[in-house]
Amino acid sequence: MARTSGPQPAAQDRAEQSELPGQPAPEGAAASRLRAAPSPAKIATRSAQHGGPAHLGAVRDQGRREPEILSGAQAVVRSLELLGVDTVFGLPGGTILPTYDPLMDSESIRHILVRHEQGAGHAAEGYAAATGRVGVCIATSGPGATNLITAIADAHMDSVPLVAITGQQASHLLGTDAFQEADIVGMTMPVTKHSFLVTRTEDIPQAIARAFHIASSGRPGPVLVDITKDAQVKTSEFRWPENIEMPGYRPVMRPHSKQIREAARLIAGARRPVLYVGGGVIRAGAHEELRRLAELARIPVTTTLMARGAFPDSHPQHLGMPGMHGSVPAVVSIQKSDLLIAVGSRFDDRVTGELSSFAPRATVIHADIDPAEISKNRHADVPIVGDAREVLAQLSEELENSWPEALQDRREAWWAQLDQLKETYPLGYESKDEACDPQYVIQRISALTGPEAVYTAGVGQHQMWAAQFVSYERPRSWLNSGGLGTMGYSVPAAMGAKVGEPDRVVWAIDGDGCFQMTNQELATCVINNIPIKVAIINNSSLGMVRQWQTLFYNGRYSNTDLNTGPDTIRVPDFVKLAEAYGCAGLRCETNEDIDDTIRKALEINDRPVVVDFTVHRDAMVWPMVAAGVSNDEIQYARGVRPQFDGFEEEEQG
Amino acid sequence: MSRHTLSVLVEDRPGVLARLSGLIARRGFNIHSLAVGVTEVDGLSRITMVVDVESAPLEQVTKQLNKLVNVIKVVELEPQSSVRRAHVLFKVKADATQRSQVVSAVELFRGSIVDVAPDSLTVEATGELAKLEALQEVLEPFGIREIVQSGTIAVQRGPKSITDRSLRP
Repeated sequence: MARTSGPQPAAQDRAEQSELPGQPAPEGAAASRLRAAPSPAKIATRSAQHGGPAHLGAVRDQGRREPEILSGAQAVVRSLELLGVDTVFGLPGGTILPTYDPLMDSESIRHILVRHEQGAGHAAEGYAAATGRVGVCIATSGPGATNLITAIADAHMDSVPLVAITGQQASHLLGTDAFQEADIVGMTMPVTKHSFLVTRTEDIPQAIARAFHIASSGRPGPVLVDITKDAQVKTSEFRWPENIEMPGYRPVMRPHSKQIREAARLIAGARRPVLYVGGGVIRAGAHEELRRLAELARIPVTTTLMARGAFPDSHPQHLGMPGMHGSVPAVVSIQKSDLLIAVGSRFDDRVTGELSSFAPRATVIHADIDPAEISKNRHADVPIVGDAREVLAQLSEELENSWPEALQDRREAWWAQLDQLKETYPLGYESKDEACDPQYVIQRISALTGPEAVYTAGVGQHQMWAAQFVSYERPRSWLNSGGLGTMGYSVPAAMGAKVGEPDRVVWAIDGDGCFQMTNQELATCVINNIPIKVAIINNSSLGMVRQWQTLFYNGRYSNTDLNTGPDTIRVPDFVKLAEAYGCAGLRCETNEDIDDTIRKALEINDRPVVVDFTVHRDAMVWPMVAAGVSNDEIQYARGVRPQFDGFEEEEQG
Repeated sequence: MSRHTLSVLVEDRPGVLARLSGLIARRGFNIHSLAVGVTEVDGLSRITMVVDVESAPLEQVTKQLNKLVNVIKVVELEPQSSVRRAHVLFKVKADATQRSQVVSAVELFRGSIVDVAPDSLTVEATGELAKLEALQEVLEPFGIREIVQSGTIAVQRGPKSITDRSLRP
């Protein structure tokens, strides 16, 4: 039952797996294995129900199995099957060829052939970020592996559970500068959570099982498994490890009760508390616990770039995004707060601005699963190491049990000030008539598509507008490259998200610069029937760099013109490019046409759609705090400083 | 800047040293000395690292070290409560007329002569860095041709062992 190579509807593919877990298995030894092993869908469901990593169940189930002789390559595929992997993104080459052979026969793993390994990496990231499961990418040694590095570094910065499997030259050739040899373990040490160089066939199952365990537990992150070609070719008894615990790896999940009590006491006594919520809340699946705590103690919530969707935008207690391009209420609330409750966030410089003047009056509670994040940039008065879900749940419980009277305080004075800020300084933009307004394009995409969709973005102006102007109502609906700032993330990440969540509409909101870095994956999307939608916010330039040139370099536009706009030679023509790839290509050049164009794009579901939205190149992202200055210097629009003086009186009181 | 001695218990795996030293370098710390060796437990190595660093970044670096999967334990050894030793070899210019002066200086430091040639002596000595520096000062007038020094190794005073309770399943 070889997998057909033609277009395959992703939704149907998944449905088959989930509806037929006990399907009659083919004859032979392989058949009995398949029947006994839990199906990927079953493991995935179990994982989702219990919130635990999928592989633990598989590990338990496989411990009693009789050993059999497999090649290393077969062991790789078997291990992935046992871990419940349903999709891998990759591109074969010399040293990974042995693994691609049994991969062709796998009944449960869908391999998606990308056009560039960076695309495989970001697709695996997008898959992981949209589903919460581990994303897997495969590449060959040398350039294949080095092409993965950007995605691995990206996953490291944004805590994405990713396993990268690379082929490596045969072990006797290691260190000889052999053809396509690269020390990928060495090269990726600074950007992986851990890595394995596997030179013996019998070590493969354990390395892969551990890689999944490390990638998905604690603070998630990328793990590299580099397997020499001889280890893939030789045979060995296949032994699935019964125990994947490692003596040096024990993430702390449960917060210390004393710290919880102290944090609850501070929350009960605070007059101007603010929740500063980071991507960790989304990774931990802690959005419900967050909402409960926020509502219980009526604490305003700010969600960072990585946390958009962790708390509904429509919720009256949501103040928006803090940081360089954050909303005025979010930025000001933190500056004026007396208690900052940081959960799963890491005091990144793009959030804090000048660190010494960030939240200057606030006592800081910092909860994170990674102890190294706590007090790294800002001293934490109450450090809490633990899983965000546990921390938030226990905080609510402690407040209810020990501070019921404090919860009666609805913080009216604080909210009166914040509500006024929200009213005075809503997100907005100045309309320019000659082309589409980029913010309006994104607002309409959000309004017409709705919160059940997944939105990905590249890096730059369009990313900030997508973070600001899409209304996020649920976690894992917003995927972007926050830490590394990887241009080119959007299209492959959207592809991965669509494969993982085939029933959702997936929009890649991209820039004309970013799009040109990875758009070759449109071929992958067309051929594998992954109908994503791409909205190019085309300002014919590297927009964010141009914005900085406008603001800080006297309007000298050094090397930021991309010539993709209407008054240029238009290279490439995005509509023609889309059509060349077999996608639908649409163009929209005025605000009046935006709704119709989006509707048209939403109606096309048999292939990817690329929409070239021509926008004005002088549109800028506001609000803005310039790099390295205090957040008190926030500008609502160019030269417009918001007024927020009333807070100081409350301060004296 | 101050000097700190870290004892790092690690799994004996290829690349562990590269992971550690790479991490320290990335975070901008200077490694003053480094010593690696086996321990009383099979499969575990111990790395003694002397680093020059402020105390707040030191906390950050120990936390980062602890995140390495092959690192089992990181302990800072305080000067008062630990024994620390380094080993040094000096190749000193000394012909027959100076030989006895060098030998008596070395004896004062409980060092020993490990190689003799017509116009040189090789001296070994063990001790705290301050003592070895003092010996070096005494030998300098004769002319030191070569110095080789090991990294400092250190152990906590008293009965406790770094491997206690560090390997629970």
